[in-house]
Amino acid sequence: MSSISSTDILAEKPVAAFAAAGPLLARLRRLQPGLVLSWVIVAIVVLWAVAPQLFSTYNPVQGVPTEKLQAPSLLHLLGTDALGRDLFARIVHGAVHSLTGAFVAVTVGLIVGTSLGLVAASVGGIVEDAIMRLIDVLLSIPGLLLMLSIIILLGFGTVNAAIAVGITSIAAFARLSRSEVVRVRRSDYVEAAFGSGGTFLAVLWRHVLPNSLTSVLAFAALQFGSAILQISTLGFLGYGAPPPTPEWGLLIAEGRNYISTAWWLTTAPGIVVVITVLAANRISRSLGKVR
Amino acid sequence: MAALLSVENLVVSYSENDNRHRVVHDVSFTVEPGEVVALVGESGSGKTTTAQAVIGLLAENGRIEQGAIRLNGEEISRWSGKRLDTIRGRQISLIPQDPTSSLNPVKTIGAQVGEILRIHGERDSKAVDARVIELLARVGLSDPELRARQYPHELSGGMKQRVLIAIAIALKPQLIIADEPTSALDVTVQRRILDLIDDLRRESGTAVLLVTHDLGVAADRADRIVVLQHGRIQETGDARSLLGAPQSEYARQLLADAPSLSKAGFRAARPQAGNDNAIVVEGLVQDFSIEGRSSFRAVDGVSFSVRRGTTHALVGESGSGKTTTVRDVVGLGRPTAGRVEIGGTDIATLKGDDLRQLRRRIQLVYQNPFSSLDPRQTVFGIVEEPLLNYTRLPAFERAAKVLGLLGRVGLPESLHRRRPRALSGGQRQRVAIARALVLDPEVLVLDEAVSALDVTVQAQILKLLDELQRELGLTYLFVSHDLAVVRQISDTVSVLQNGRQVESGTVEQVFAHPQSAYTRELIDAIPGQRSHAVA
Repeated sequence: MSSISSTDILAEKPVAAFAAAGPLLARLRRLQPGLVLSWVIVAIVVLWAVAPQLFSTYNPVQGVPTEKLQAPSLLHLLGTDALGRDLFARIVHGAVHSLTGAFVAVTVGLIVGTSLGLVAASVGGIVEDAIMRLIDVLLSIPGLLLMLSIIILLGFGTVNAAIAVGITSIAAFARLSRSEVVRVRRSDYVEAAFGSGGTFLAVLWRHVLPNSLTSVLAFAALQFGSAILQISTLGFLGYGAPPPTPEWGLLIAEGRNYISTAWWLTTAPGIVVVITVLAANRISRSLGKVR
Repeated sequence: MAALLSVENLVVSYSENDNRHRVVHDVSFTVEPGEVVALVGESGSGKTTTAQAVIGLLAENGRIEQGAIRLNGEEISRWSGKRLDTIRGRQISLIPQDPTSSLNPVKTIGAQVGEILRIHGERDSKAVDARVIELLARVGLSDPELRARQYPHELSGGMKQRVLIAIAIALKPQLIIADEPTSALDVTVQRRILDLIDDLRRESGTAVLLVTHDLGVAADRADRIVVLQHGRIQETGDARSLLGAPQSEYARQLLADAPSLSKAGFRAARPQAGNDNAIVVEGLVQDFSIEGRSSFRAVDGVSFSVRRGTTHALVGESGSGKTTTVRDVVGLGRPTAGRVEIGGTDIATLKGDDLRQLRRRIQLVYQNPFSSLDPRQTVFGIVEEPLLNYTRLPAFERAAKVLGLLGRVGLPESLHRRRPRALSGGQRQRVAIARALVLDPEVLVLDEAVSALDVTVQAQILKLLDELQRELGLTYLFVSHDLAVVRQISDTVSVLQNGRQVESGTVEQVFAHPQSAYTRELIDAIPGQRSHAVA
């Protein structure tokens, strides 16, 4: 089962890290085990996306009809689906879709949202009012409804689903970055920078941006987890990648038909999604604490 | 009869990242009933830690390693928090440092004063209410019935400190620990609060352990003084003899550095760098509009002029309009009316890049060196930045200039790559001064630039400013609430009250023959004068 296979890897990883680190040993020891575990989980998922063939030799798309709906065994760690495809292989190969989707979503939200917040807070006046009221409008539309509408406008597909998820997170990024920038802008050192002759853009770039980004980055890590969840949601509803793409949400949706006879088809990808999201949340919390 | 409080060989340590380091070493002193003992030292000297240990309120990572704390002969240093609760408030009470953050903002004053009575067993709510009113009246609050119904934000800083004192004396404790009770308050308020503590002590024979960084305050109020440095006692003694003839090196230095106690008179007149005025302010008025209400006039008709190469001081309490005036002078604010000229240029006419160019000639040093430096820049980067903004010097010339200036303000090379977080308050203020000077300005505006610093560091910075002025012919506009400092370093002074200028003239004139009652009150409130009278 998934938990067994992943704990094997987990048990090895930190040991290897300790041995290699040497002088870093003392520093690592101070890290919380939960945080280390989270980083390890994220590292494994990234490895799945980068080099899936290292983890599973089965073909994720082409099934073997004679081996359909087999329960988890040593041969098929997480069992097989109705077309005889190995579920573990499909989860491993699906990582790249979920991760790129989440990455695109967070990038869209981070760049567009943070720029809007930054401009609003630093220009102020009517520009700020206009931008922030627009953001309020975005916030007032239920997230899922907004995502579905955007996908219908843009067309189906992994990237479009990711963009839709990203657009719904713009509002949160804009609000957070605006409040941070407003806080930093009021500080003495920003005024001192203007006082020592800084132009508007120079001060913005040199002082305001670096000092207000910490919590925005922590929020981006948090958003990474929820983006995976939202992309899976869209996949489940059929708005994401089309079958036979092994996208995680789609896996759960497909497994739903066999929930009474083949529980592993929904449970395993579900657990993987939950664990990845939890790991991203844990990492985000540690980033937020750094300052 | 044993001493009321005796601290014997106290050792306190704090743990940080698995290692413990000691901050109080082998401290012993006693407090007799009805006596005022002052713990004096700069920040980091362990004075607050010692006081916290006495009342069992050390921070979570703090621990008493050795020693005994005896209250009426009973050893209390190993007591549990629960057991200490029985004596806290009843036998020992605390007046905290910062009145603005020490009251619960969502409870009325009456409820908070009544709380200590209820905690210690008073059940009759009528009796509690009556006693609360009595206490509030006792600490000199006008209209105590109204105050009891008000919330902390409706009271001024001095009034809040009175409320905290009311809480501290509610159960007539034998010992009051006053941890910098007046540091956050204006001088005139400070004097009234200290007078109040004195009166209460005289009436009920309460002993006071006064923690302060201000030797002037200790000189005025204490019977005995304990001087601490780096967690060790440097000197203990009767206040008068300690101040008259300090034995230890450190006590001598503290005494020399305390502006309020220094015997030095006014400084010698500056050789004027020119005959013209570096700053001219005429009829300055600044209104702030408050949403939904009429506008508020922060500065109302302030006029002064400063000759090139001299120091002009703006003096007043908080809310007097000093900072607003200064912001208009450096061009960060826009005056509602009046004229500000810097070296002959009227800054009200300047806009955009002209205003930016003017800022080369007038630089501001902020009150708080902890917030005026970007936490992400290195010391070198902070000082280099103004040069990047205005000049196109090649990198090596720029570096030479920055290094020269950092050396001039006394920052060793080992600190240049550090970030502000790794510097002390005094070092940070030196960085801020270097940043202000790197463009060779004509005028330096110092907004309470030494108020946040310990006396010894303050004396060093003032000396540095004095040297720089002499070498570079700088003009200073020095804002302060501390008249003792102003007396030391300024040539001329303006006194502000509620945005109006109540007095203006040379320092000698104003200090020797104050024309307004307010100036006289300010001068009388300088601590440390009682000991002068004695000496």
